[in-house]
Amino acid sequence: MGNLFAIIITITFVNNVVLSQFLGLCPFVNSSDKTDKSFGMGMAVTFVMTMASFVTYLLYTFLLKPDAKLLKVLFPDTEIARNGLQDVLQTATFILVIAALVQLVEIFMRKSLPGLYRSLGIFLPLITTNCAVLGVALLNTSYASRPLSLVEAVVQGFFAGIGFTVAMLLMSGVRERLDKLDVPEPLRGTPITFIATGLMALAFLGFAGMGT
Amino acid sequence: MRQELTKGFLKRNPVFVLMVGLCPTLATTTSMNNALAMGVAATAVLVCSNVFVSLVRNFIPKGVRIPCYIVIIASFVTIVEMLMKYFLPLAVSEKLSIFIPLIVVNCIILYRAEDFASKNGVMVSLLDGIGMGGGFTGALLLIAAIRETTGNGTVFGLKFWPAYEPAAVMTLAPGAFIVMGLLLALFKWRSLRKIRAATLTARAEPQVGTEEVTA
Repeated sequence: MGNLFAIIITITFVNNVVLSQFLGLCPFVNSSDKTDKSFGMGMAVTFVMTMASFVTYLLYTFLLKPDAKLLKVLFPDTEIARNGLQDVLQTATFILVIAALVQLVEIFMRKSLPGLYRSLGIFLPLITTNCAVLGVALLNTSYASRPLSLVEAVVQGFFAGIGFTVAMLLMSGVRERLDKLDVPEPLRGTPITFIATGLMALAFLGFAGMGT
Repeated sequence: MRQELTKGFLKRNPVFVLMVGLCPTLATTTSMNNALAMGVAATAVLVCSNVFVSLVRNFIPKGVRIPCYIVIIASFVTIVEMLMKYFLPLAVSEKLSIFIPLIVVNCIILYRAEDFASKNGVMVSLLDGIGMGGGFTGALLLIAAIRETTGNGTVFGLKFWPAYEPAAVMTLAPGAFIVMGLLLALFKWRSLRKIRAATLTARAEPQVGTEEVTA
């Protein structure tokens, strides 16, 4: 339980995907101008991230890592089973899993949540190329010293998405006010967004040392 | 032809003008060594995927082209990743760890595949890849130069000015965002000034005062 709590605090605040790991910056910069849009985007990313963490973790443990169970069955006593397929196939499998998941979410939303589907529009398919999703999936499997369990990986995925949503919501609040201010012309739009993000990241540095 | 090669550096710089591929831009520019390694890796993938997509552009059905591009890009990324693990010192490849596989979702590469390589010949796509990759590497090096000199007091890891007290915040996340914001503002200021100068000449009012428009 303590472990899970540490993971939650670490991934949501200390190692916030956007503000300290620089993952998912494109949607963060491009769709954080309105609060409701930020929230919808954040929730969709959280959902895909959680599902992706679950599926990629299972694939990794049973099929990709060295001495994986399914590999041993498929290719008994070969070089492949001993070394695993992670060097060769990890990136390609993970990205395909994420693309398939996003497609599933899209079909599901179009059928049962048409309102949210319409408001997210183009951003839904773009979650595939949100590097935060692939980044978290890779992070889940890359702790060499202490491998995560399935529950920990899913919790980490979910709260990485929550951290992303928190950053998006904070930023949309800042930007809605920035719109009303007289910002010097060259700084207007993205440049001032980056500088505001920098100040937010400075505040989030205060969390460093917690959790872990 | 020459224009395909040079447009990526300033006029259509992928980072500062098109604003694609921002994540590795900020994450790997803590030092110039990392920035150079990342830039070269991304350029290699971009050139290979551009050439390959351009070669097979007439055989890929329209409906499934994006998944096809992603698989092509992922293959080249895997090759580059294995090469880097083999050739680079452990310190650098460790630092770049998850950002090399993340080249797969770097928008620059998919964007060039979709927007350029799928419509143009092999030779032009190759030049486009080199130009865009070069612009990306240049942008990374520029950001890294600012962050490393101010945040660590070094250039490519070498100390030139021992009396300088480095401000560590520049190599941390906030420094990255602020440097990026200021550089974007600089590029925007440049283009704004050009637009303003163009409208002034169009109105046939030769004024010298346009340079006064500062941030």
